[in-house]
Amino acid sequence: MTPKPKLEARQLHFFYGTFAALKGINLAVPAGTITAIIGPSGCGKSTLLRVFNRMNEIIPDVHLSGDVLLEGVSIYQDGLASTTLRKRVGMVFQRPNPFPLSIFENVAYGPRIHGLARGDSLRRLVEESLQATHLWDEVKDRLSQSALSLLPEQQQRLCISRLLAVQPEVLLLDEPCSALDPAATQQIEELMRELTARYTLVIVTHNMQQAARVSEFTAYMLLGELAEFGKTAELFTNPRDPRTEEYITGRFG
Amino acid sequence: MLVVILGNIVYVGWGHLSWEFLTQVPRAGMTQGGIYPAIFGTAALVLLMTLAVLPLGVMTAIYLQEYAPQGSRWVPLVRLAVQNLAGVPAIVFGLFGLGFFVSFVGREIDHFLYGGRLVYGQPAILWAALTMALLTLPTVVVTTEEALRAVPQGLREVAYALGATRWQMVHHVVLPQAIGGMLTGGILAVSRGAGEVAPILFTGAAYYLPYLPTHLNDQFMELGYHVYVMTTQSPDVEATKPLLYSTVLVLLLLTFALNFVAVLVRAQFRRRQMR
Ligand SMILES: Nc1ncnc2c1ncn2[C@@H]1O[C@H](COP(=O)(O)OP(=O)(O)O)[C@@H](O)[C@H]1O
Ligand SMILES: [Mg+2]
Repeated sequence: MTPKPKLEARQLHFFYGTFAALKGINLAVPAGTITAIIGPSGCGKSTLLRVFNRMNEIIPDVHLSGDVLLEGVSIYQDGLASTTLRKRVGMVFQRPNPFPLSIFENVAYGPRIHGLARGDSLRRLVEESLQATHLWDEVKDRLSQSALSLLPEQQQRLCISRLLAVQPEVLLLDEPCSALDPAATQQIEELMRELTARYTLVIVTHNMQQAARVSEFTAYMLLGELAEFGKTAELFTNPRDPRTEEYITGRFG
Repeated sequence: MLVVILGNIVYVGWGHLSWEFLTQVPRAGMTQGGIYPAIFGTAALVLLMTLAVLPLGVMTAIYLQEYAPQGSRWVPLVRLAVQNLAGVPAIVFGLFGLGFFVSFVGREIDHFLYGGRLVYGQPAILWAALTMALLTLPTVVVTTEEALRAVPQGLREVAYALGATRWQMVHHVVLPQAIGGMLTGGILAVSRGAGEVAPILFTGAAYYLPYLPTHLNDQFMELGYHVYVMTTQSPDVEATKPLLYSTVLVLLLLTFALNFVAVLVRAQFRRRQMR
């Protein structure tokens, strides 16, 4: 049985100016799982992800119709502050992008702006967040050093820690491994699987092996439409849509 | 050519440069004594101007770059206006300052606060500084905007994605990154302002004053104006010549020093961003 949806897109259309980037998406992201969004470059994966936490709103001249529900409540209804939403639905970007601050300050930033913790409890929260990504042991002796001194893979784990520290419910990850080497990618993938215990994850990837390895559900997008959605195992072994089959076999073989 | 002129100034000017010259008032129709009031006046003018232009210019740039609705029709217009301001000859600023600050704002203040007594409705260091602030406004706005633009979009997005408000994003992410560029702009504006005579000609600079300005409505002596006065208005131009060269040298050194500081500040902040 499918778990109840955490995030749900309903008849979602999205436009950059007059260009339709999403065309009538209906998608329910099950809670406590990893859902992968795959599809060729430019099909609207990042756009969909950004619509999920209203990051699209910082782009000028965009337009949206349809709705997105978080636990059954519209995130686009009037009155919901984007800051509140983004605290619940956080995002990790393609390139590791720590603030040019110390390691500690990076992780402490979110709790500070949301007033979640200070003093000792803030230090505990930072430690927990760094533990959760297994970065703690590597950085505990140099928390005051610049975050930019870390390796790219460590930086990406720091960015995930920074997000966990705001205590979100949903993690949106936009090709989080595309700037990393295979060993680092494997570490992040393991980490993502662990995180499903506490969070709902949506990961955009153009790497189908990665989708097959980490995700429980997969959405295949094509030219702004959702071509197919289902259990990853089924979608990869027995795609219903001939276009999906073409895409996955084309890449695998 | 430039080398010849500069060399000549340094050569002749250096000979007369002394502690006394820097710390004494002009005497004997400016053929003796020093230029202390002009140095003091210049410093006071520049300080007041900076206090006026930095907040205004920086806030304008932050608004244009971070707050103005994107795709707004006003933003390009404001930018164009600021850029045009940069092309206006300095003397026009002087006339504007006389007409607007001295004759209009100053008179109105006198009318309402001092019962018509002449207090602010006359040339004064305050009006000169405000006029100069207008002149240097484009420099501050443009350099600040450049500094803001140089902050990576990715960092802004991260702050937003963590749930920061716009002001938190600007305050915590953009400004710390841009502060070096903003300081550089401020110093460049100051050094541009310090070398201009025309804007203060009618708005507050004095030919000769035996005392230093202590109030906002006092007149003041200024280095650039002092040079102008010594070259053209002195009873004995030949006799003031050595002092003239030294004054020009002081003015040049001041401007170079400011530009040099600007370069240092910029380099310093660049290095910090690299880390
Ligand atoms: N800021 C933008 N302005 C205009 N068009 C955009 C913008 N961002 C993305 N697009 C367009 O929308 C489509 C989907 O982009 P995107 O969601 O980034 O695709 P993907 O992540 O699947 O590669 C592409 O055709 C892209 O050119
Ligand atoms: Mg993308």
